[in-house]
Amino acid sequence: MTAASEPHLAVPEGVHPFPHDHLLGIEGLKPWEIAFLLDEADRWSNPENTRLREGALTGLTQINAFFENSTRTLVSFEIAGKRLGADVVSMAVGASSVKKGETLLDTALTLNAMHPDVLVIRHEAAGAVALIASKVDCPVLNAGDGAHEHPTQALLDALTIRHRKGRLTGLKIAICGDILHSRVARSNFHLLASMGADVRAVAPPTLMPPALDQFGISATTSMETGLKDADVVMMLRLQRERMQGSYLPSEREYFRFYGLTEERLAHAADDVLVMHPGPMNRGVEIATSVADDIQRSAITEQVEMGVAVRMACLDVLTRRIRGLEGWA
Amino acid sequence: MSLLIENALLVRPGEAPQANARLLIDGKTLAATGEFEAPADAERIDARGLVATPGLIDAGVFRSDAAACLAGGITRVLLMPDQSPPLDDPALVERAMRIGKPHVWVHPLAAATKGLGGRELAEIGLMRDAGAVAVATGRTAISDAATMYRLLQYAAGFGLTVVTHAEDSSLAGDSSVTSGQTATRLGLPAAPAVAEPLAVARDVRLAEAAGAKLHIRTVSMAESIEIIDRAKRRGVQLTCGTTPAHALLSDRELTGYRTFTKLSPPLRCEEDRTAVVDALRAGTIDIVCSAHDPRTQEDKRLPFADAAPGMAGLETLLPLTLMALGDEPDLARAAALLSGNPARIFGLPGGKLEAAAPADLVLFDPGASWRVDASAFDHAAGNTPFDRLPVSGRVEMTIKGGEIVYRRNS
Repeated sequence: MTAASEPHLAVPEGVHPFPHDHLLGIEGLKPWEIAFLLDEADRWSNPENTRLREGALTGLTQINAFFENSTRTLVSFEIAGKRLGADVVSMAVGASSVKKGETLLDTALTLNAMHPDVLVIRHEAAGAVALIASKVDCPVLNAGDGAHEHPTQALLDALTIRHRKGRLTGLKIAICGDILHSRVARSNFHLLASMGADVRAVAPPTLMPPALDQFGISATTSMETGLKDADVVMMLRLQRERMQGSYLPSEREYFRFYGLTEERLAHAADDVLVMHPGPMNRGVEIATSVADDIQRSAITEQVEMGVAVRMACLDVLTRRIRGLEGWA
Repeated sequence: MSLLIENALLVRPGEAPQANARLLIDGKTLAATGEFEAPADAERIDARGLVATPGLIDAGVFRSDAAACLAGGITRVLLMPDQSPPLDDPALVERAMRIGKPHVWVHPLAAATKGLGGRELAEIGLMRDAGAVAVATGRTAISDAATMYRLLQYAAGFGLTVVTHAEDSSLAGDSSVTSGQTATRLGLPAAPAVAEPLAVARDVRLAEAAGAKLHIRTVSMAESIEIIDRAKRRGVQLTCGTTPAHALLSDRELTGYRTFTKLSPPLRCEEDRTAVVDALRAGTIDIVCSAHDPRTQEDKRLPFADAAPGMAGLETLLPLTLMALGDEPDLARAAALLSGNPARIFGLPGGKLEAAAPADLVLFDPGASWRVDASAFDHAAGNTPFDRLPVSGRVEMTIKGGEIVYRRNS
């Protein structure tokens, strides 16, 4: 789909489509590498096709090591691995060894000694997943590190948009909410800007990090400005613990000025797509009527695409150890 | 026993270097320079091609690793009060003074507040009498302005300089980097850049109001330097220092979450770095200190936000300072930054090479190139962001109190 209509997304001749050992972030990926992962994910995005390559990871061990609580992402990675036939083990590391004083690198070495074929890691500290990846022998997939990156979320968002809009290039996309603390926002900035979208960040001044122009995106504190003619609106979850602190005065004030309501959405394009990485705070960052609008909301589709994207990433990253032709 | 140094390039702080200089050391003091009759039995040192300059005074270290000091040409250090336990008691100050003798003299900085807690004044008068040369707030600033004001007033009564850490505590919070392009990209918890100039402005005004002497240990930003420059011009008793890292590295180096670049204060943006270099050359910054604070692997091999700040800096203080001063470094300026000014500001012997001065000096080869090798550092931890960097300026010999205490490859 992409290669014909958008030549910059085609893999150049003689270049490997995905030469990386790990998927630690979107930053640094070439546009065609992103498009390649999305194309691979397309194969599994149709429920009819989930069985086509079933068993690709049979006999391989996938460990999901989550140092930070997660339900949705963890389940998504578990299902993705199981659909591919991998033996999937999930451990909530936060609850065990770290509490006993084991260092992160010791935990990494312990995991490595179990000889996993692929590691999926989430950690609350930015850079922690890359640190672990430097000490283990298998491919590592970043499932979120601090406020740094969450690459599979950005990929699933992109896949969802591609399904609904047919492209990413040239779309006006508003990313709204707690940009400062959001790894989802950072991965999306890298991905969407790299794919040629017109990206705007919208946040209250206390939740807007500086120097966003380095990502090739624009920043505004006004929802109306950010949403103007937008083809896609991505809402970010507002962590409620920030609400009572000094970042924002109250939930009702936040909703009044930054909540996604029908009225506000009227500034966007008529066929605007509304997205949210979940879990949603209804009545805080998004009105229920908007979240549940089946015409415009792609929120459940994002969850479906999440499994497809994670299957693609697990498949691609293990091709080398599986000795696939062209990947050895 | 006397030592005769011949053919040296004599570099005194702030003075034009003298070629083919002779120096005569008799016992623990410098007996003569220039034209003199040398005793026949004097041990002769041919210093052809070498610079002779006063032993370096490192005005702000967290550890006083003696062997590393001498290898770096450092004969005196100002020890920060952030020890375990903190130097908030006269007995602790006395003990700290003894740890490096005879080869490295440790001049303790008294903790300004009890336990460095930032609340109650420590016994700084008694600590002065025990040997403390100044009082210091430690790794952090005193967040309460009233406490800082009273500290400045009280210290002024004893003629003691207050050494402060310029970083507003509440803005700094538990951040590990400066807000800006790099912090945003890496997603690290960041403090607004104004945290330093705000603290500088406050402490400068408080010192001015209290009539006290203030030394800002590590200045790292253009805006802070402007504030300091203005205050100095209107006569505030104000001095400041920086470290080679803040003159040579910007926060771009954090890319890849390299925890060896995690320092306190954190590395700043490129514009701030160049402002530090300019201020070093112009003289707005008085001192370069190493802020020597070696960290073990357990402290550094962690996610960036969890890693401890600090680097080993004694062995690289001289070459990195020369590097910060440019391709043809002003050696007299380097000597002022590294020995003359620290001696003057903190009232220490040393920092000069003239008859009757202590025979503390370093002979170094200004043109010798070498590569920083952290694994060869002479102390427990070799973490430096400058590992493998080619540098110029190599210490050949360190003399303390008339005794050769370090000779390269010996």
